[in-house]
Amino acid sequence: MPINAKDVEWVEEPPMNFWETTFLPAVVDGLRATGHHVTHFKPVTQMYPEVASDLPKHYRGVHRLNRDDEGRVKCVACMMCATACPARCIDIVAQEAPKDDPKWVDRDKFPKSFVIDELKCIYCGMCEEACPVDAIEMTHIYDLTGMSRQEMMFDKEKLLSVFDQTKDCGLDPVRTHKGRLGPASDFEKLPTLGPATTVLGDDRSARSTSPGVISE
Amino acid sequence: MPTVIVNNKPVEIGASERLNCIQAAERAGIEIPHYCYHHDLSVVASCRMCLVEMGDKKPDGTIAMQPKLFPGCQTPVKDGTVIVSDSQKVRDAQKATLEYLLLNHPLDCPVCDQAGECGLQDYSYEYGRGYSRLQEPKNIKPDKDYIGDQITLFTDRCIMCTRCVRFTREISGTAEMMVTSRGTHEEIDIFPGEPCNNKLAGNVVDLCPVGALCSKDFLYEQRVWWLNSKNSVCPDCSTGCSIRVDQNKDVLYRLKPRENPQAQGSFMCDEGRFGWKYIHADHRLKLPEQRADGKVVSRDWDAVLPAVRNALQDAMLRAPGKFAVVVSPWATVEEAYLLATYARKLSPTARLVLGPVRTDGEDDLYPKDVHGQPATPTRFTIRAEKCPNRRGVEAVLKQIQGSVIEFNDLLDQVVRGDVETLYVLGGDPAGWISETDAAKLDKLKLLVVQDLLASAASARAHFVLAGGAWAEKDGTFVNHKGLAQAIHRALRGPEEARPDGRILLELAERSGMFNAVSLRKEIATAVPALAGLAVGELGEFGVLVNAPAAAELQPA
Repeated sequence: MPINAKDVEWVEEPPMNFWETTFLPAVVDGLRATGHHVTHFKPVTQMYPEVASDLPKHYRGVHRLNRDDEGRVKCVACMMCATACPARCIDIVAQEAPKDDPKWVDRDKFPKSFVIDELKCIYCGMCEEACPVDAIEMTHIYDLTGMSRQEMMFDKEKLLSVFDQTKDCGLDPVRTHKGRLGPASDFEKLPTLGPATTVLGDDRSARSTSPGVISE
Repeated sequence: MPTVIVNNKPVEIGASERLNCIQAAERAGIEIPHYCYHHDLSVVASCRMCLVEMGDKKPDGTIAMQPKLFPGCQTPVKDGTVIVSDSQKVRDAQKATLEYLLLNHPLDCPVCDQAGECGLQDYSYEYGRGYSRLQEPKNIKPDKDYIGDQITLFTDRCIMCTRCVRFTREISGTAEMMVTSRGTHEEIDIFPGEPCNNKLAGNVVDLCPVGALCSKDFLYEQRVWWLNSKNSVCPDCSTGCSIRVDQNKDVLYRLKPRENPQAQGSFMCDEGRFGWKYIHADHRLKLPEQRADGKVVSRDWDAVLPAVRNALQDAMLRAPGKFAVVVSPWATVEEAYLLATYARKLSPTARLVLGPVRTDGEDDLYPKDVHGQPATPTRFTIRAEKCPNRRGVEAVLKQIQGSVIEFNDLLDQVVRGDVETLYVLGGDPAGWISETDAAKLDKLKLLVVQDLLASAASARAHFVLAGGAWAEKDGTFVNHKGLAQAIHRALRGPEEARPDGRILLELAERSGMFNAVSLRKEIATAVPALAGLAVGELGEFGVLVNAPAAAELQPA
């Protein structure tokens, strides 16, 4: 979509005054900053690997796939992460949730396979951002090693085990309730309306397998 | 000429045309959003998405607007009709309608298969409010996962446009689907014990503007924004429905009908829709093969093709009169032309044979009446002739040879020993030769089979050339009434399989690469019956191959 001309604000650089044209204040400022580093010297080098690195809270390491309260994989296989991924390292195969299993009654689909190529991944965090159900998150695990490329293809079980390993360590809290989630994950928050009129237990329509079908 | 004014833009319509506001606005290039309206179905005006302001321009130039909004789909236009679809009043109505349609919609777009091609998403973005004021829990209805063998219903996503119900009543005539209950309890359902399994059932999924009716075949296979589409033609009967081939990473996922008033209309049958699975079958021919004494000598195109050429030339020296070529009616016009001209170059007396034309019962006409008999007027026809291009191949063979030899006659000639060298261009996915017929081919001194799937003939062949399926090649199909439509290469074949046109071009040692457009121009001059191909690019709707056929199609 072209940008509307009236939405564009043009900003001009302010003209320099006399002192600014000499550049002397800028030179003095620069020297002061240099001097500050000399007088207030503080080493920033970390003694890794002898001392474990102190990572920022938002560090983006190896991915994990979260579990929901019932221990199921939280992912709904919507493939938003695979769509958002600039490195195209996520491969998901979706499967219909088992229809007759009461445990899965609130879910339409789930990932049959979920593979992240940790070697292709550029650890940008787009998958986290894209996920509507906070199923994929990046952990603080950074020391990722493997003896083969195949080992670095993390499948669903591996990613779930990363979750089990990191959920209680304190560095990677489960952010499930950080805000409002998409309805795809929290359907139970929206209870269904009851019928307008109560259906009695001995009503023929209440006993039939599908409403409205009278089998007798 | 009657003139309609749409958003201050005058549009001329035909004197005898009966258009509604949506169609008239379309002429002016203005979209009036709609869900329940479909030009092939009856009008119910139930979704209220197409509400517009209407008025009349009087002969003295004054305009009298009506105070209420009108559903555009239900309101015909005439000379002087004024339609306003961009006023604040209309926009407010559209916002309110969308908010209402979304009241109970679950907004589960991430897990919905329709996301990306969804009418609700598109119109919400274009005309919607962007937020919901509903503070009550949504009314969630249980899914019905068996509407038909191929159809599942996510009841809560439905907006009750009833397009599917009207389709089964008006186009297929089988009337399996219905609306149960009333008001907010309305649901789409099937009659008990009457699943929607008619041969046109898949169309209700296409008609559904939201993700309520989904195809079980495609369910959760892909997100639609990953699919790459190419226009093509359904190869499963001589109706030649215009279709779209949706693939991703060389895997075909689904076929969708493409609207073409000249070919079939807006729909396609389930035989064609789900009939493409052989493209990824295990018994596809994937490599070329050169065999000698039952052993494979080479599987390399660079070795096999020259060997075929040499073998054919040797055979011509031996017995030039005993050479025959079979062109399957699944081949494109270009392939038939390349092979026929090549054969005639090798031997001027080469016999040109039309491959077996598979037919299945009678033409299947829709809609059906209550007794299952075809009712008039016919809205859709599944033809008994199951090959897409008999007319195209016949036209080429007739032009070059004068007449067409039937495949059974050829088998007799082979048995009599009149044919020693045979080149077969196959393509019938259901298998074109039986074991007993193939046994007759044992007498041949040289058998070259260029085909899609392994068959009894390819097992006996001295040379097997792995060809391409229709979705893997460019070319032209001519349907039952002489409409030539272009098919396009949408995906690559398995392993070393090549498009048949390319194989034949290289075999005939013609210069350049296979280009359907330039070949069509060449064919148009060489074959007068296919003169319509002279345009080269056949466009979205195709062209009629010759003038008599065109005259036949003109409305009286």
